[in-house]
Amino acid sequence: MTVVHQHQHGAPVAVTPGKATPTWRLLVTLAVAGGLSGWLVVTVYQITRPAVERYAAQRVAGAVREVLERPARWDTLYLVNGALVSKAPAGPNAQELPIAYVGYDATGKRIGAAVTAAEPGFQELLTLMIGFDPESGALLGFKVLDEKETPGLGDKIETDSSFRTQFADRLPPLTGVKGHPGGNRNEVQTITGATISSRAVIRIVNHAVAKWRPLLQAYHAGGAP
Amino acid sequence: MVPGAPPPATVIADMWRGIGRENPVLVQFLGMCPTMAVTNTLANGIAMGAATTFVLVGSGLFVSLFRKYIAHEVRITSYILIIATFVTLADMILAATFPAISKALGPFMPLIVANCLLLGRAEAFAAKVAVHRAVADGLGMGLGFTLSLSLLSALRETLGHGSLLGHPLFGPRFEPWVFMVMPPGGFFALGVALLALAWIVELRRRRVRAVA
Amino acid sequence: MSNLAWIFVSTLLVNNFTLVMFLGLCSFFGVTAKIETAWRLGLANTFVLLLTAIFAWLLNTFVLGAAPYLRIVAFIVVIASAVQFVEMAVRKYLPVLFRQLGIYLPLITTNCAILGLALFQTSRHYTLIEGLVFAIGAGLGLTLALSLMASIRERIEVADVPRIARRMGLVLVIASSLSMAFMGFAGMGSAP
Repeated sequence: MTVVHQHQHGAPVAVTPGKATPTWRLLVTLAVAGGLSGWLVVTVYQITRPAVERYAAQRVAGAVREVLERPARWDTLYLVNGALVSKAPAGPNAQELPIAYVGYDATGKRIGAAVTAAEPGFQELLTLMIGFDPESGALLGFKVLDEKETPGLGDKIETDSSFRTQFADRLPPLTGVKGHPGGNRNEVQTITGATISSRAVIRIVNHAVAKWRPLLQAYHAGGAP
Repeated sequence: MVPGAPPPATVIADMWRGIGRENPVLVQFLGMCPTMAVTNTLANGIAMGAATTFVLVGSGLFVSLFRKYIAHEVRITSYILIIATFVTLADMILAATFPAISKALGPFMPLIVANCLLLGRAEAFAAKVAVHRAVADGLGMGLGFTLSLSLLSALRETLGHGSLLGHPLFGPRFEPWVFMVMPPGGFFALGVALLALAWIVELRRRRVRAVA
Repeated sequence: MSNLAWIFVSTLLVNNFTLVMFLGLCSFFGVTAKIETAWRLGLANTFVLLLTAIFAWLLNTFVLGAAPYLRIVAFIVVIASAVQFVEMAVRKYLPVLFRQLGIYLPLITTNCAILGLALFQTSRHYTLIEGLVFAIGAGLGLTLALSLMASIRERIEVADVPRIARRMGLVLVIASSLSMAFMGFAGMGSAP
């Protein structure tokens, strides 16, 4: 409050617009401001980081559990130089590597793999997590992780369960059909009024399975359980 | 007195100004980007308002506290640095406490830095007055901003989703007016709100003239 | 290649920075009274966006990998410096343009489109080339939106509109119609 007091009594300010300030003072001001700012940011970062990381882990775990139909446990595989490895290499970019999750049931039997993929949807990038069995290539299901589709129309890919559930046990590459699909394992029914969003999902699923299936097969053939 | 300093006023007056006569959104049209982008649901609007208030108060406090030590030549850089620091803090705190809202706001949370309201208040007010006035002004401007965002987002969520804070209002037979939660709806809702406000002001002006 | 084309079409039309993403609204409402100034500011913005894309890529690749929490502070300081640099360069080599743009040049710093570009580029992990295409699309999209708005407002200037609509209200309703028109581009990049 002393600062306030002085000011109200008209104490002259240290720097007035007309007067040039020596360069060293400008540099000191900026250095002090930068230092203080950096210290504050790092302190709060360290306090909040555990909660943020816990949430991110929960989100991934929830999605993996859903698309792999409640596995007892799962392994995390990283894609490094065109091959899957079970340990992420050291380095700051490790978090950005493409990841596959391989789930097992209570008896240790492999259920399948979950991968994430993002491609253009109706308006923005559409991010899905896709579960499938690398051996047979059959789908287990998918979950929308991120979408900006039209509310009430395109977002039915997420909210309309009859669209979502029909992907289970289908065999990619899939094609979208209007009206009732004729029991063909390669066909899924698109949503009326959201054909482009439905086709985007189908396209992302097809590309993801085509890309990840050989990688996972190679990984499992290499002696991994 | 600092040259160009605002006239003396009580703390209450400093605070009230931002809520009413100098409301940042409805009167000054500052901070339009977040006003449009995140007001599709009430929760997002309130979160953005609260975060902006936090940054306004924090940066106002620091700018005023150090106003005698910040040289004129580097003042804008220093203010931006102070604002960016508080935005980073707000961003991290929100991500740790309300992750779902933090994800919904996305890049509009860090974009508070570029909200002209913050640099404007730092330069025009906080840098020239005592600490308690700067804080009162930040609080008032923040509350005014939050109020406008809440009104706008309540309108858009009610019409566009048929819900408020995620709770359905009208039952299953309600067909939501989806347009309101899409981008053009943002411009439209604020436009209609401003037209209505101007209409009320006009009516009152006419009544005053009729009495006189 | 198709990825680059999608980024360009998406930022220019489908997700137009101003009309759909709500970035850079200050200049969209403040500097669109005259078409001449509007497109000039749009091009100046495009130039700053290109510089920002390069700087953001450099920062992300070489500096911020170790300290992602300093991203906002680093970006805004770099943008402020880039704008200052552009201002000095324009003043020295293009004095006529400098006089025409006047105070709008320094205002680019608080244009959220610039910071928004850097943030989106980061969250989408764009490479340098993708970032540059993104910046050009965003800049031209901004220029397009500013010019469209300015040409409509120049006409309204001579029209007889109700007193209550003479300020921002009408401008916002026009922006809404423009934004609705741009919604029609949705789905363009997504055709199979």
